[in-house]
Amino acid sequence: MARKDLLDISALDREEIEHLLDQSIPFKELFTRSVKKVPALKGKSVLMLFYEPSTRTHSSFEVAAKRLSADVTNFDVAHSSIAKGESVRETVETLQAMRTDYIIVRHKASGLPGTIARLTKASVINAGDGAHAHPTQGLLDAFTIKEKFPDPAGKKVLIIGDILHSRVARSTSTILKKLGVDVAYLGPGSLVPRTGPENIRRFTDYKEAMAWSPDVVYLLRVQMERQDVQYFPSLREYHKLYGINDARLDEIRKRGLYLMHPGPVNRGVELCDAVMDYERSLINDQVENGIAVRMAVLYWLKPGGES
Amino acid sequence: MEHTLTAEDIAAGVERLARAIREKHSGHPVALVGIRSRGDEVAERVLTLLSEEDGWDLSFGVLDISLYRDDFEHLRENPSIQESDIPFTVDGAHIILVDDVLFTGRTIRAALDALSDYGRPAKVELAVLIDRGHREMPIQPDYVGITLDTRRLDHVFVSLEGTDGVDRIQIVAKEKP
Repeated sequence: MARKDLLDISALDREEIEHLLDQSIPFKELFTRSVKKVPALKGKSVLMLFYEPSTRTHSSFEVAAKRLSADVTNFDVAHSSIAKGESVRETVETLQAMRTDYIIVRHKASGLPGTIARLTKASVINAGDGAHAHPTQGLLDAFTIKEKFPDPAGKKVLIIGDILHSRVARSTSTILKKLGVDVAYLGPGSLVPRTGPENIRRFTDYKEAMAWSPDVVYLLRVQMERQDVQYFPSLREYHKLYGINDARLDEIRKRGLYLMHPGPVNRGVELCDAVMDYERSLINDQVENGIAVRMAVLYWLKPGGES
Repeated sequence: MEHTLTAEDIAAGVERLARAIREKHSGHPVALVGIRSRGDEVAERVLTLLSEEDGWDLSFGVLDISLYRDDFEHLRENPSIQESDIPFTVDGAHIILVDDVLFTGRTIRAALDALSDYGRPAKVELAVLIDRGHREMPIQPDYVGITLDTRRLDHVFVSLEGTDGVDRIQIVAKEKP
């Protein structure tokens, strides 16, 4: 059954997740053709409603929609009436009048995409809401891991960093758990929530976490802009305790572990320059796969139905 | 009312396709492209027969046309897509599209669009295992395995060993309401 909206990974069952991941494969295959575009969504309109800055996710969705032949409009929040105090409801009513088929939303308020979804017939895709969810990031991470481990059940993924503020950590660990992957968190005690899923291990010490023998090391971005309070003393200290420096990269290489990062990276904080040349870094794969997965999502959702 | 064709009928149809293609193009480079699903299996069988001739430069590819359909609006759910696999250069190639059943011609219209996104073939021909008539587009086959006289609302169900486990064609007439 097709859905109208994609708001959160936890709303999808395992069958739907497997379907979306399988369907992303033929979309990725299109990228090898000279013409990367297909007419599947010809005549459909996609509106990008980004209340928070984003370069990667925004352009990834835009490329995905354009490769499906949809028309993309950017609702430039900085120059729009939203800056003049128009409410979200008024904005959505305006968009409804424009007969937009898909709305892609990013907002700092958790749950806002869900509110919009209930107000409109358009398909709403959550492109990140506060610390809540970022479902297409979860899908692209799972797809990237499945490319390396076709049967990922029982594999171990260590997520390092600011778990507390990270919708990436939330969505990615949710989808990985649904696929039977073993997930653990590593980070400063102040940034690794004590509450939350019981079956996720929590480490504060790098060595202990590596003794757990992960297959994939997933580095989160230190989100300087999302922290009003200081959760750790300094970036230098963060790098010393949890960053991937040359010595740690050597160990990772020796063990043959895969490295992931949702981007954009803070060099010298989460990782050192040498990581960018690491042969088992999947960071560029994540970017490419993001487009394929988002095409699969756009193709799968059916606008016009019930939320 | 139901009418059934057997594995022997299908084998004879495939043989007819291969013979006609051989008569016309023997020795000249040709690429068979099967349309998913089942067109790919028909194309494979034809290819096997053509391969008996030594030194003939034959290529093979598979096309999924789901993303090129013109009926998305009418579907509750978009069709699942599979990978296309065109491992040869389409530019300048002589391509024979292969499908199991030719009916309205809309699938072939979509296949031509899909193919043109891989390049510009020198020539495209069409081979179908079954032509059941009732075209809605100006599309005609160059090679036909079996010609079936059907009514517009009849259903033609094709099962092939590799896809469905058995070789069989069923023509089911729609009862008058």
